[in-house]
Amino acid sequence: MNDAVGIGARVKRKEDRRFIIGSGRYTDDIRHDNQAYAAFVRSPHAHAKVVGIDASAAEASEGVVAVLTGRQLVDDKIGNLICGWAITSRDGTPMKMGPWSALATDRVRYVGDAVVAVIADTPALARRAAEKVVVEYEELPAVVSATRALEPGAPQVHDLAPGNLIFDWVIGDEAATDAGLRQAAHVTEMRITNNRLSPNAMEPRSALAVYDPAEGHYTLYTTSQNPHVARLVLSAFYNVAPENKLRVVAPDVGGGFGSKIYIYPEEITCLWASMKTGRSVKWTADRSEAFMTDAHGRDHDTVARMGFDKDGRITGFRVDTVANLGAYMSLFSSCVPTYLYATLLSGQYDIGNIFCNVKAVYTNTVPVDAYRGAGRPEACYVIERMMETAAREMNMNPAELRRRNFITQFPHQTPVIMNYDTGGFGAGLDAALRAADVASFPARKAEAARRGKLRGIGYSCYIEACGIAPSAAVGSLGAGVGLWESAEVRVNPVGTIEVFTGSHSHGQGHETTFAQIIAGRFGLPMENISIIHGDTDRVQFGMGTYGSRSGAVGMSAIVKAMDKVEAKVKKIAAHALEAAEDDIVVEGGAVKVAGTDRQMLWHEVSLAAYTGHNLPAGMEPGLKEDSFYDPVNFTFPAGTYIAEVEVDPDTGVTEVVRFTAADDFGTLINPMIVEGQVHGGIAQGIGQALLENVVYSENGQLMTGSYMDYAMPRADHVPSYTIEHTTTPCPGNPLGIKGCGEAGAIGSPPAVINAITDAIGNNDLQMPATPPVVWAAIRAAARPAAAA
Amino acid sequence: MAEVKLTVNGKRVTRHVPDETLLVEFLREELRLTGTHVGCDTSQCGACTVHVDGMAVKSCTMLAASASGSEVTTIEGLANGGLHPMQKAFNDNHGLQCGFCTPGMIMTAVDMVRRYKASGERLDEEAIRHELEGNICRCTGYHNIVKSIQQAAGEM
Ligand code: FES
Ligand code: FES
Repeated sequence: MNDAVGIGARVKRKEDRRFIIGSGRYTDDIRHDNQAYAAFVRSPHAHAKVVGIDASAAEASEGVVAVLTGRQLVDDKIGNLICGWAITSRDGTPMKMGPWSALATDRVRYVGDAVVAVIADTPALARRAAEKVVVEYEELPAVVSATRALEPGAPQVHDLAPGNLIFDWVIGDEAATDAGLRQAAHVTEMRITNNRLSPNAMEPRSALAVYDPAEGHYTLYTTSQNPHVARLVLSAFYNVAPENKLRVVAPDVGGGFGSKIYIYPEEITCLWASMKTGRSVKWTADRSEAFMTDAHGRDHDTVARMGFDKDGRITGFRVDTVANLGAYMSLFSSCVPTYLYATLLSGQYDIGNIFCNVKAVYTNTVPVDAYRGAGRPEACYVIERMMETAAREMNMNPAELRRRNFITQFPHQTPVIMNYDTGGFGAGLDAALRAADVASFPARKAEAARRGKLRGIGYSCYIEACGIAPSAAVGSLGAGVGLWESAEVRVNPVGTIEVFTGSHSHGQGHETTFAQIIAGRFGLPMENISIIHGDTDRVQFGMGTYGSRSGAVGMSAIVKAMDKVEAKVKKIAAHALEAAEDDIVVEGGAVKVAGTDRQMLWHEVSLAAYTGHNLPAGMEPGLKEDSFYDPVNFTFPAGTYIAEVEVDPDTGVTEVVRFTAADDFGTLINPMIVEGQVHGGIAQGIGQALLENVVYSENGQLMTGSYMDYAMPRADHVPSYTIEHTTTPCPGNPLGIKGCGEAGAIGSPPAVINAITDAIGNNDLQMPATPPVVWAAIRAAARPAAAA
Repeated sequence: MAEVKLTVNGKRVTRHVPDETLLVEFLREELRLTGTHVGCDTSQCGACTVHVDGMAVKSCTMLAASASGSEVTTIEGLANGGLHPMQKAFNDNHGLQCGFCTPGMIMTAVDMVRRYKASGERLDEEAIRHELEGNICRCTGYHNIVKSIQQAAGEM
């Protein structure tokens, strides 16, 4: 073991150097010879028929290489965009997937829907020509709210989905749950909306497509969290190029948060255009395009009922949710409000009866898909607001109500599919209560009151399912892909190591964390280990990074490949040292015969593997092993978050003054990086709770299309955070990892809102809790008292 | 076309570019200094921050032509070959994740520390957070960026 860099060490990041000196290589930084640029003509209407396209002026415009339309795309047999997870409605019918062409042919369904692509010599010339394309539209009535879209007579987004209903899906036992609610001594009922968010990775999406006509080969550089999946989908469904003639490279990627999982119309168009024009074609979104076209997140409207017996034990939990999926079904859109949402509705609690109905709905808005947490924040928000409100209604301490309902025995089978393998929920709550110094909260509240501020405290005990996921399990639930991960560990003759991983790092620090598990285990220097990812030509396959899966699944694959390397190393050394294989140990950069001074240095063994001069009989030379690791279960990170806020009663301005997180992520490889993930997630959660909201006007115009209107959390909106860890190692994978990428964004919104509702004495508050919203809630709470 | 004469990271450059060329475009596309990033189109995010005559400027808000005659420092030229204390502090404190906002953050932070040192004002956590208003980071939640700046402020 090399403890200075091994598991649990706060190793500084290897990848930082290129970023801090300005040498990062993001897609838009790459320039290719003969490069042209794409600009898209987009629908200004939320819903319209495309009656005609006159491209003649654009074609004649300076520097124009080509003007491409949806008709040409169809003629070239480029396939429609698809959703890769099949959901079945309660009546047995399949979900209704409306056609989505990369360039619209006859109808546009949201503002920003791409209609024409103009390829020109420079970005400015492409944009100028795009403005000269005349598209004739016949406007149609639009609908933006999912609840409205379900009403009779609402505008129809897709002909094949009557009433705009994509699916009407259920999970759990409805009769038993309703019976549990009927028997309850107390029922808490709430209407809870989960506001619509724009992911806003700071690097806008970008694509550069390079076509080699001699080989009929394509290369796509793009901002992707999962380049292999992109290649698979581009070839298998969109028919752009066969898989063996398509290389997808995701170089440095400036954040993803889900938004860079999917294949978008622009990448498809750039690839196709590179073949049609014989030019390399680049497109980089500006921020306005990002707001208009990047898949949004959340947008749920929920009514929840939770019943309790006289001791405060939950007797039943019923949740009815309407989920807005936007104008088209994005790649994983269908699983987000179903299997990533309703399956988590048991939270940390022992609940016998849960029932959930989800209606997924088309509207004339940008498609909605996974955004950091994806379904799990929505579930957590519903449960944790219900628990807090119920505690107040029953005059119980909110922490104690939770504790009373905690699951304490593992494994635990919930009524909604998930089987929790391990956890320590009471320990997490205790750690958070201690770290947040809840005991002296009353003093802080009193002190704030002297300053004229309303101080409140709010809890959130979250659980999530990560490590997505056992392939057979997700396959049985409708997934179109398996969700294993692959790795290849190549030990070079000189003993340095290259690890090829199917995970993709776009900020998560894999180049450091993944190297640590090898350096630590074999006792090798960190600089001798390189982590390679993000290129389908170099890495054999991979499912990519999302759902906090790179630790639990990606690193497990590396460990499996390392096991094979170690086994071979031991055989080679045993043979050379004339010892029994069982007596060989690898440590401190050497391969030793235990209990003796006989040893070979690591690089001596690797060299022996490659010279092949003295290998055991029948052994192949070389030292390179791979693995495909398929997890046995989801993993279940969990924890308790406590927020403290101060509200100015005169203005409604809310400040998060303290934020404490106690997370159980299982084994931590690099706590510094893990805490960084939590910090970022919390800021996004505070952003959701207080600031962020995508707003469309009634007729479908995007009102929050820039940073002037969409309020991003900035440094002075958030506090410094207190981060604690408790640990129950995950029994399901070799390192005991649960995953840490999304917890912050999942656990924090209810903690913040519960703190505000505590401060103002009104449980009826929706996100984002902007000053006018909070101010109105304060007034509403004061009204009955004034009347009394 | 406009003639743009600049000293960038100590080197003199002269180029003829379309009048409307922004300084950030000039740096990225003409000089291929791609460490300066573009994160928005409303001068809100600060990813494009460079120093013009020693002061932090959002290079997406300035025409290359109007910068003509100035000295420009980009992230690539902040510490010729070595590491500026601010760069080192970002590495020491895990002040970056995806790295996209980082060049702008570092250029803003260096300017911030210099200004506070010059004026003798105290650069505490609250002041740092306030000063960072024009720089958006989606990854770090700002916690470690603030720590990085605090460390570098002690060393600069
Ligand atoms: S790109 Fe200059 S402020 Fe965003
Ligand atoms: S590190 Fe990714 S935006 Fe700041």
